[in-house]
Amino acid sequence: MTFGEIKDFIVAQFGPEGIVSEHTDNLQPYLVIQTERLAEVCLELHDNEATYFDFLSSVTGIDNGPEAGTMEVVYNLYSIPYDHSLMLKVIVPRNNTPEEPIPVVPTVSHIWRTADWQEREIFDLLGIIFKDHPDMRRILCAADWEGHPLRKDYQLQDYYHGIKVPYDQHNENSGFRGEPVKLTSHEEPFTDKRAKPEV
Amino acid sequence: MNIPQDKTGEGGVIITKLDDLLNWARLTSLFPMGFGLACCAIEMMGAYASGYDLDRFGIIPRASPRQSDVMIVAGTVTFKMADRVRRLYEQMPEPRYVISMGSCSNCGGPYWEHGYHVVKGVDRIIPVDVYVPGCPPRPEALIGGFLRLQEIIRQETIREPRAVQQIMARRMEKGMTNEELIMNNGESVSTNDGAEVVNEKSVEGPTTSEASEEQNPVA
Repeated sequence: MTFGEIKDFIVAQFGPEGIVSEHTDNLQPYLVIQTERLAEVCLELHDNEATYFDFLSSVTGIDNGPEAGTMEVVYNLYSIPYDHSLMLKVIVPRNNTPEEPIPVVPTVSHIWRTADWQEREIFDLLGIIFKDHPDMRRILCAADWEGHPLRKDYQLQDYYHGIKVPYDQHNENSGFRGEPVKLTSHEEPFTDKRAKPEV
Repeated sequence: MNIPQDKTGEGGVIITKLDDLLNWARLTSLFPMGFGLACCAIEMMGAYASGYDLDRFGIIPRASPRQSDVMIVAGTVTFKMADRVRRLYEQMPEPRYVISMGSCSNCGGPYWEHGYHVVKGVDRIIPVDVYVPGCPPRPEALIGGFLRLQEIIRQETIREPRAVQQIMARRMEKGMTNEELIMNNGESVSTNDGAEVVNEKSVEGPTTSEASEEQNPVA
């Protein structure tokens, strides 16, 4: 199926309000799906024999920054028997301050198991919660890490378990710790034994 | 046999300093702990293997920190791994040495500025004796690091053992009495406390009695 046919399929199944917008002017066209209907659209695309998107190539999160105030999650679907693919997007409001609610997207991990860890990675690095995910924990950073490192306004924490986190030129200022000034008893510890004797 | 030993000069007795004997024994049987963190570990394994054969220096990897003399920090130390590296170092018996292999463990390497997950130098966690530069260092460079470490060990003396010096320095710093020191086995009271660990690190660094002259590198 072509992109237009898949779009018509979604409109026929879920009505025109299921698709927020359509972008075909770029190299890989994509559809922006209503966030709360993402899971059921994906389930239909996976189960229906006409589309049969049995393979979720990747899930990616994007932070558009505090000025834009949005975050995106991009889904790349692929059907192995039909050899057609589709890119879906959801756009959610971003929490610019910790007081605002954290962005929430419905999970698709019950449809494609590969989404399980990818959604955990997006949560770890960008701070997007996936609703109804079975195991919404950090996957790469330490469990007690503060903040989500790939956010545009991310600030490093000063200390982690007593270790200073930011680079502060401490080696330039105080030398390499533990390295005594004089390492060897004599200046040339490894003389070149192949050197020719002076005649 | 009737060998005239007074003619050959090969007596049955070797006279040496006890320091030299102990240091010789120690520096010719350096057992590193068998662990690696990243691509530097591949070069380290290459150095162990038959092509470079670290075995000829008496360097044989051991499977346990309890049996190890030297820790080769070969690779990127992430904050997630930092606690484990420190734990492994604490499990090694004295005298213990650390070789920091490669740019990542020396100073953070390519992650020095924007790598949120990388410790900017393993010397922020444990005291390092020898830094081997390179990304990754070739096996020859690692061998060079071991030869440097041997030179450091050659300078040691049983009259000023490093472990005792560190315990003394800790006692000086905290004003502990002998009884308290024995009770706590020379270690700091709680190693989980961040500030305690930072204090502890600063006194473990230098190998000789220059401990008091060294600036505290912990910012």
